[in-house]
Amino acid sequence: MQVFLTPLYLAQMEVLRNKVRFFLISLLIALITLLVLFIAALAEGLGGGNREYISKLDADLLVYKADSDLLIAASRLPRSVMNQVRRVTGVRAVGPIAVSNGAIDNPLETPDADPLRVALLGVEAGLPGAPPIISGSPFSTNRAPEAVVERRVIQRLGIKVGDRISIRTNQGSGDETFELLVVGLSDGEQYGLQPVVFLPVLTWDRVRSKTGPNSPLNLNLIAVQLENPKDLAAMKALIPTQVKDVEMAGIREAYEALPGYKEQQSTLDTQRFFTLIIGVLVIGGFFQIQALQKVPQVGMLKAIGAANWMVAVAAIAQIILVTVIGVLLGGGATLLLATTLPPGIPIVFTGQAAVAAIVSLLFIGPIGGAISIRYAARIEPLKALGMSS
Amino acid sequence: MNEGIALSTESLVKSYELDGQKFNAVNGISLAVTAGEFVGLVGPSGSGKTTLLAMLSALLTPTTGKVIIDGSNLSDMSDKQRVEFRRKRVGFTFQANNLIPYLTALENVELMLRLNGELNAAGRARSRDLLARLGLSDRLHNLPSQMSGGQQQRVAIARALIHNPAVVLADEPTASLDTERAHQVVETFAQLIHEHKRAGVIVTHDLRMITYTDRVIQMRDGDVARIYTSREEIKELAASGPG
Repeated sequence: MQVFLTPLYLAQMEVLRNKVRFFLISLLIALITLLVLFIAALAEGLGGGNREYISKLDADLLVYKADSDLLIAASRLPRSVMNQVRRVTGVRAVGPIAVSNGAIDNPLETPDADPLRVALLGVEAGLPGAPPIISGSPFSTNRAPEAVVERRVIQRLGIKVGDRISIRTNQGSGDETFELLVVGLSDGEQYGLQPVVFLPVLTWDRVRSKTGPNSPLNLNLIAVQLENPKDLAAMKALIPTQVKDVEMAGIREAYEALPGYKEQQSTLDTQRFFTLIIGVLVIGGFFQIQALQKVPQVGMLKAIGAANWMVAVAAIAQIILVTVIGVLLGGGATLLLATTLPPGIPIVFTGQAAVAAIVSLLFIGPIGGAISIRYAARIEPLKALGMSS
Repeated sequence: MNEGIALSTESLVKSYELDGQKFNAVNGISLAVTAGEFVGLVGPSGSGKTTLLAMLSALLTPTTGKVIIDGSNLSDMSDKQRVEFRRKRVGFTFQANNLIPYLTALENVELMLRLNGELNAAGRARSRDLLARLGLSDRLHNLPSQMSGGQQQRVAIARALIHNPAVVLADEPTASLDTERAHQVVETFAQLIHEHKRAGVIVTHDLRMITYTDRVIQMRDGDVARIYTSREEIKELAASGPG
């Protein structure tokens, strides 16, 4: 047993007696960890901010206007399409989704407060597309001057059920303000990185930005719940055969088609990948330099009878130790920094993303150090000690 | 095997090729060293003494011939067996880079026992005693960087002996020491070889150091040029200068 523990003893003693040197490399790994975790959190935050409402929809399929290329803004559907979709066999329920933008005016009732820009979503209470209410009640009617606001509006403005908000939108000839009563609060439902105010669909039609006075009410999407969600593929093909001029998408397909979503995610994934590559190179470089400096020492160890596996295990143990300390330090620093960030910054730490980032970081040490481990294991004692002819 | 012989070679040859021409760095050397005997290997650079030492220590495989230590023929062993044999049956000191820089004197000596899975309370006590015997009782917990070259060599000697090897080999152990320390180191080495009844071989350029050996093998061009066995001959050779 002692023989097998000897490489670990050597690795541990070298780290303990060279604390500063090894702490510095751990610090570098900690900084890389911080960067990787923040990029992962940023990817999650930006992605989540874009797709949150769509990804949480209580629907199986979304109906778009044909040839809209799954672009929500380009999809305009008359309300009558809702009835046509509802009549398709296998459809349990349908709900309207209409999208516009506005601002909550003077939200903090202070003279110099900036308006809070929000997405205005027109939905019908109790139908697919409407958010789950965590406090208060749904809209009383489809025309009521009421609003349901989501978590970020609550966080930013401290709004409660029963408060009144002023929504300002452009009505073609100029901006107009609409007073709405907040009747309910919903959990996080961001859309297009903006906080969301939900309105009854006919109220939404009155409040939404318009290019002219006679612009007709068009929905952007119709949310479809199926009798049997397992029939998704079949229903996706069936509905356009029974309803004219529409195209369909599943939920994932819908949010991946959001403008810039895929590009944004692939940019952040590339950043994350290159940060990990930099980590591999930094760790590899450090341990390779160390291996070069230790050639005579390793040669002597082998000459007195240390087997190749002992030298390799000592090197691996050291790399793992330094990497784990670095990742722990980096994780701690990230946690600390995350608590100090203001809520407006789109950074979201999720367990799954953090675990994936940490696991990949724990791999970069051994990957980076692999060349130095191989190098150390191949050192010839005679050459290393200058005894070769 | 003759009684008392700890190390022997039979017609040992090590050949290399240089510019397409074959030459023998060691050319058919046969020798025997008994337990408790301290042998000096001397000769000019390129005479083959370091190559011979490398073969004696199982670090280099002979082209032909045999190295027998403690009754085991090294030529019959696999690489793995030779590593294990070095760990258990050979003690080594080198010209430089003898010690692990991040281990103290005591830990460096104990390392040999750890590698063999023999570090226990008795082993620890033996390590301390041996270092004390070498005048290093106040340096047990010093790192190599906190010790002089002579002290480091003495720690290396302790490490070479602590696991009771059959043979103890030293490659130019005094090369980086001043004359006074060099004499101290080799004298102590010789005493311990005799006391512990090990077969000792020292390779040195410095002929003054062979004063402490029992026999001197002088090499030239891979062959044994002359063997000095009597004290008078050895003293005369030693007096001929630093080498």
